[in-house]
Amino acid sequence: MSEDFVLELEHIRKEYPGVVALKDVTLQLRRGEILGLIGENGAGKSTLIKCCSGAVVPTSGKIKINGKEFDRMTPQLAAENGIAIIYQEFNNVKELSAAENMFLGRPIRKGITIDRKAMEAEAAKAFEQLHIKINPRELVKNLSVGYQQMIEIAKAIQQNAQVLIMDEPSAPLTNNEVDAMFEVVNLLRNKGVSIIYISHRLEEIFYLSDRIEVIRDGEYVDTLITPNATEDQLIQMMVGREMTQKFPERKPCVDESKVVLELKNVCGNGDKNMSLKIHAGEVLGLGGLVGAGRTELAQVIFGAKPKESGQMFLNGKEINPKTPREAIDLGIAMLPEDRKRHGALLGVSIKNNINMPTYDRISKATVIDLKTERERAEKYRKEIQIKCPTINQLVKNLSGGNQQKVILGKWLAADSQLIIFDEPTRGIDVGAKYEIYKLINELVEQGRAVLMISSEMEELIGMSDRIIVLAEREMTGELKKEEFDANTIMAMASAIVDQGK
Amino acid sequence: MEAKGNTKNLLRQNAIWLVFVVEVIFFAICSQGTFVTPGNITNILRQVSYYGIASVGMTFVILIGGIDLSIGSIITLVNMVCAYMMVNMNMHWTISVLAVLVIGVIIGLLNGFMVAKIGIPALIATFAAQTVFEGLAYILTAGMPVSGFNKTYPAMNFFARSTVDLPFISIPWCAIIMVACLGIGSFILNRSYFGRYFYAIGGNEEAAELSGILVDKMKILIYALSGFFAALAGIVMLSRTGSAQATVGKGKEFDVITCVVLGGVSVNGGVGKISGVVAGVFIIGCLTNGLILMNVSEYIQMVVKGLVLAAAVGLDCMSNKGKSN
Repeated sequence: MSEDFVLELEHIRKEYPGVVALKDVTLQLRRGEILGLIGENGAGKSTLIKCCSGAVVPTSGKIKINGKEFDRMTPQLAAENGIAIIYQEFNNVKELSAAENMFLGRPIRKGITIDRKAMEAEAAKAFEQLHIKINPRELVKNLSVGYQQMIEIAKAIQQNAQVLIMDEPSAPLTNNEVDAMFEVVNLLRNKGVSIIYISHRLEEIFYLSDRIEVIRDGEYVDTLITPNATEDQLIQMMVGREMTQKFPERKPCVDESKVVLELKNVCGNGDKNMSLKIHAGEVLGLGGLVGAGRTELAQVIFGAKPKESGQMFLNGKEINPKTPREAIDLGIAMLPEDRKRHGALLGVSIKNNINMPTYDRISKATVIDLKTERERAEKYRKEIQIKCPTINQLVKNLSGGNQQKVILGKWLAADSQLIIFDEPTRGIDVGAKYEIYKLINELVEQGRAVLMISSEMEELIGMSDRIIVLAEREMTGELKKEEFDANTIMAMASAIVDQGK
Repeated sequence: MEAKGNTKNLLRQNAIWLVFVVEVIFFAICSQGTFVTPGNITNILRQVSYYGIASVGMTFVILIGGIDLSIGSIITLVNMVCAYMMVNMNMHWTISVLAVLVIGVIIGLLNGFMVAKIGIPALIATFAAQTVFEGLAYILTAGMPVSGFNKTYPAMNFFARSTVDLPFISIPWCAIIMVACLGIGSFILNRSYFGRYFYAIGGNEEAAELSGILVDKMKILIYALSGFFAALAGIVMLSRTGSAQATVGKGKEFDVITCVVLGGVSVNGGVGKISGVVAGVFIIGCLTNGLILMNVSEYIQMVVKGLVLAAAVGLDCMSNKGKSN
């Protein structure tokens, strides 16, 4: 039996002091198949793959590769046995060429010198095998993220990897790059490479995989044959409860008579002539392709980047925030796209994160009122259901969804009237997404205004009351709820691009 | 299991004090009874006070991921200018002391401006300041020492020479000033919102800015504080030596950095407590004093201190590596 499997993980358990990351996970990977591995954030996917790479030593359980049994992996053993992992962050050196990156740490030598020609030839061969067009001599910094990922894959294949584990490979890629990556992955399967494909995007899992394994809370749930699985079924298995709908119901609450934010011909941070209105109780969706200027607009409104011309009005009064501090004091908040880099202070406690923008309001002569500080943190922890043992926990130990809630908590504590969400659910798992949507609903039902930037068409249409589309740093269209249509939005998002051609 | 984890944590957090105890026992044995005497303890307190005072500012600086190499030259400049004002310009000691405290703050503001507004890396900006102000201190008297001020103003002896006499031990006033400074430092870090801001900036500058913290202003404030505490340390030193020398502050920044880093303030920023720095100060103070008592030459002292600095940073880096696994 067991010779059918390239990689088997049996009853893997991993305990950290005070936490069990993996309770009991079993995984079997057949030769030449793509196994989709799904589960909510914090379900233990990353820990599991780190057990395969040797970065984490399991507390108990066995790892079998081609039937050979190991108690633990080491990075060296993993490499020797043909296991390669493509992480979300690439291990490349930007100043070196594609070929040099492929042979990083194990260059081909000719005597004591490095044989650059041979490396370039080998790299070219590997790229050709995968049908990728990369000049081996090109510096990695000049290549797009998609190509950088291809180099990582080519490197794994060049090292004779039999098992390729890909952790959220599509997350940093544009749509075209994702298509190219799919082609390469399919090609590899046909060559007999076995692939574990981890993704939050179920449509990718359906498109690529042969079987799907679901894990939840560090435990194995089930493995399904892909054609027999349905999306609802998978979501239910991941969250452990029935999900009736993707977007929670919202009471109609748009107050057309109250304009919270108005922009008149605002230019700045690369954006041109932005004019829009957001009403109280309204979710205004901001659609467009990556690089269309949506995040840039949010930065200008939030005072993080300077406005060059035009006017901004908040509740009818002209404003001109020069720093995030000023914007916050005016009642504007932003939840950035890159939570870990720009949003949460990871090394700081939940309590301090929630109070951070408003310490001046709960302090006398710079001395913090510790009781108020604690009470406010507890209040928002309850109100928005941040799952944590105590409010003194560091934010880096929370899952993505809970980190997003902490960031929202601090803006609620700051009593923000206009809340800008930049990709509110990127990298957040299905169950937590629903909770974030519910929170957005509550915000507008309370009469706040929300500006939501989203690249997920479903989310944009499902959550917005109105949608404005940007393309190439300009506004290309505005749609009322009854006019929402994915094709129209896509057309608007690429409008100027087409004209340019 | 939990209880075991807690004891382990407790031990780990207080490992630095364990090192201190071992050190004291070592010197107590090797110095043949000269180390643990009331007289020598007073002496150690006097010696560590300037480290302790200056380390408060340095703690803030390192906490936000910066470094201040200029404090040695601030100490020198403060010594020279303060003595010069009293002796050569016949200024009252209070005016002279206040003036040099202001000078310390101004140098700090300058450092902060270079780092926050112009964007010069802290290492280079403060190194440049070090060179400039060391040079200026030398130019002021062409390198000649200035003394005699404590005859005109006996009050100048107060800082380091006067003591509070308790039954078993005399505590010099400078040690009390040090305790006050460390107390203020701890208060700022734990109870004022500045402390919260410092940790936030040290953890992630961009996210701190987007949380409404005025990062540039905070940086300038921190370097100004560092300049102030360095100037105060300089005054204590002047009081102790009774004469201003143009080399008095040379290399002192390294002693202070060693104290702070040894005390567990991470050179990557965002992590550290004053209580740890207190331990760091006493470990370095006792090390210097103990080695002198054992007649170890100045050069060997340098070797030992350098190794201690490398070991302290090494431990910090190793524990960071451990965490990421």
